[in-house]
Amino acid sequence: MELLGNLWGELWAVLTTLFAAAPYIIGYVLLILLMMVIWSGVKRLLTPKHDYSSLKTVTFGDESAVTSNTVASVVSIVLIFVLWGAFTGSKLLPGFMHAPGPFSGEGAFEYTITTPDGQTDNATVSVIVHPTGEEVDAPEVDPGEGIAKNDATAIAVYRSELLRVDRNDEMGRDEETFITAIDGQAIAPGGSVDVAFGRVAMSDKGTLNIIPATGVQMEPIWLPSPEAVWSRLGEIATVGYRNSTLAEHLGYSLFRVIVGFLLGALVGIPLGYAMGLSNWFRGWFDPIVEFMRPVPPLALIPLVIIWAGIGEVGKIILLFLAALWIMAIAARSGVSGVRISKVHAAYSLGASKWQIMRHVIIPNSLPEIFTGARVAMGVCWGTVVAAELVAAEKGAGMMIMVASKFQSTDIVLMGIILIGIIGFSIDMLMRQAEKWLVPWKGKG
Amino acid sequence: MRFDLPNGSSVQALKDVSLDLKAGELLSVLGPSGCGKTTLLNIVAGFLAPTEGQIILNGHQVTGPAAERGMVFQQGALFEWMSVRENVGFGPSMKGMPKAEKAGIVDHLLDIVGLQDFKDKAVYELSGGMQQRVALARCLANEPDVILMDEPLGALDALTREKMQGLVLKLWKETGKTIILITHSVEEALLLGERLIVMAPRPGRIHTEYRLPFAEMGVGQDLREVKKHPKFGEVREEILGMIWDMEEEIMGRTEDA
Repeated sequence: MELLGNLWGELWAVLTTLFAAAPYIIGYVLLILLMMVIWSGVKRLLTPKHDYSSLKTVTFGDESAVTSNTVASVVSIVLIFVLWGAFTGSKLLPGFMHAPGPFSGEGAFEYTITTPDGQTDNATVSVIVHPTGEEVDAPEVDPGEGIAKNDATAIAVYRSELLRVDRNDEMGRDEETFITAIDGQAIAPGGSVDVAFGRVAMSDKGTLNIIPATGVQMEPIWLPSPEAVWSRLGEIATVGYRNSTLAEHLGYSLFRVIVGFLLGALVGIPLGYAMGLSNWFRGWFDPIVEFMRPVPPLALIPLVIIWAGIGEVGKIILLFLAALWIMAIAARSGVSGVRISKVHAAYSLGASKWQIMRHVIIPNSLPEIFTGARVAMGVCWGTVVAAELVAAEKGAGMMIMVASKFQSTDIVLMGIILIGIIGFSIDMLMRQAEKWLVPWKGKG
Repeated sequence: MRFDLPNGSSVQALKDVSLDLKAGELLSVLGPSGCGKTTLLNIVAGFLAPTEGQIILNGHQVTGPAAERGMVFQQGALFEWMSVRENVGFGPSMKGMPKAEKAGIVDHLLDIVGLQDFKDKAVYELSGGMQQRVALARCLANEPDVILMDEPLGALDALTREKMQGLVLKLWKETGKTIILITHSVEEALLLGERLIVMAPRPGRIHTEYRLPFAEMGVGQDLREVKKHPKFGEVREEILGMIWDMEEEIMGRTEDA
C-alpha cells in the first residue's frame, strides 16, 4: 500500500509538470495551425497543380492522399533552429528575434537606511552587469555625503551578489541601523523589491541580494547556442576530446556496431535457416531464441562487463547478442515464408534439394533478412551508445557521458545530434541497399 | 488415400480412383469443392504419398516429384527474384544445359506464348495473364511427359481466361503433351477436356466420365463458336445439374449434423 501511495505521488508530480507545460504545447500546436493556414493562403496564389492526387475530392481518410508536405517539414525544422537560436541569444538571428535576454550593462538603485533614532539617509548602489568570463572591476564611485555611503559592484550575467552595502556606511547593522527601503519602496528581511535592472532581495539578516534580471533565455550551461555547438564541433574534430578526435570516437562506435552486427548475422542467419528447415533444430533453439529475444541487450551490459571487461571484446559480444536473435528470427521467418507452391514448382522442374536451397529458399528469404538487418542495425547503434555511456575509453556515448560530467552541454548536444545523424544515415543506407539488392520485396 | 486427423478420426479423401491416361490425352477434372481434385493431382505430382494404390508413369512407379511431371499452379509459383527469361530457363538451368541451347529454347517458348517483348522484365511487372503464360512456358521448357495444371486460369479475369484457354489448347495440340487439368469452371472443363471426369465428394471418387469433341473443335477455331454448339450447352447443363445435386447433398448433410 505504501508503494501505491508513493507511485501515486510520482504520478502526480509528472502530471503537474505536464500541466505546467500545457500552455506551451498548445501554443506550439496553434503555431502549426497558423502556419498551415498561411501556407494554404500562399498555395492559392500559386498556379494550381492538376496531377491525379490533387484532383481527388475525397482526401480525408484516404491514406494514399495523405503524403508528407515538404513545406511543412522545412518550416518545422527551421522553426526548431529559430527557437533554439531565439532562446540562446544566437548571433545567427537578428536581435529582434531573440527572446528577452539577461540584463547586461549598468544599473543603479537607491537604498534608504533608518537609524535607531528615526533619522533616514539615502545612498546609491551602482551595478555593472558584464558578460560571463570578462574581468570587470566595480566602478569607482564617490562615497557621497550623509550616513549612508554610495557603493558599486560588478556582477556577471545570470549571477547574483550578496552585498553588505552598510559596510562603508557610518552606521551599520551593528549600530541597529537597518535598510528600510529600496528605490523608495519599503523592504523587510525576507522581502524583495523590483528595480530597473532586476530585483533586490533582502536576506533574513538584512543583507541585500542583487539579482539582475535573467530574461527567458537559456544559460549556455543548460542550452548552448547553435553556433557554440558548431564551433565546438570544429574544435573536437581537429583537437579532439579526451585524447581522441571526433573521427576516432565515432569511428570506434561504428566499428563496434559493424563488427558486432556482421558476427551476429554470420551466426544468426544460418541458425535461422536451420530453424526454418529442420524440426529438430527448431525445437532445440526455439526456447533459447524466444527467451533471449525479449531481453533488452542493455540488460546484458552488466553481465558482459563482468565477464569480458569494458574493452572492445565486451562491446562486440554485446552487439553480437543484440543482432543475433533478430537476424535468426528474420532468417527463420524468411525461410518459413516461402510459398509451398514455389518449392513444388522447383521440384517438378527437376531441381535438387541443394538447388532449391540456392535458387528458391535463399532468394525468397532475402527481403525478410534485409528487414531484420535494418532493425538489427538500429538496435545495435542504440546499444553501442548505451554501452559506451556505461564504460568505454573511446566512443560517441563515452564522449557525451564524460562531457555531461564536466557540464559541457555543447559537447553533449553535438554528440546527440551526431548520433542521430549517423543512426538516420545507417537506416537510409540499409533502405537504399534493400532497393538495389532485393527489388522484388513485397511483390511475390 | 486416407488422412489421420489430429482428433484421432480420419478422412477418406479419395477412394478407388483408377485412371488410365494415354500419351497426348487432355483430361479435365471437375467436381465440387472438397472432392479431392487437388489431392489427386498432388499424388500424381508426387507431393503426397498415397496410402493405397500407385501411380505408374513410363513403366515406373511415382514416388516423388520429378521433371517428367511438370506443374502449372494457379498463381504465385513464379520466382519473382528472376526475370521472365530466367524463370522460363529454370528447368534447363537445373539440368546444367549449355547456355546457348537454353537461350534457344527459352526464346522459342516465349515467342509461342506471345511474350517476346517481355523477356527481360521482372515477373512482378507483368499482369496476371502474362504471368500464367510465363508459368506455362516455364513448364514446357523442361519438356515434361505430363503437365499437371491446378486451376491454372482460376485467378484470371473472365476475358483473359478465354484467351488463355485458346492458348492452352494450341500448346496442347502443338506439343502433343499429356495434360491433366483441374478446374472449377464447367465451361473450361468442357472446352479443354478431351476426356472429362466429374468427381464426387466423401469419399472423393470418380462419378462420371465423358469423352468430348469440343477440344478438337476448339483447336484453331474461335472458342466462342464452340460454345454455341448445341451439344455443348446440353452437356454443360447435365454436368451443372450433377454438381448442383452434389453440393445440395453436402449442404443437407451438414445441416442435419
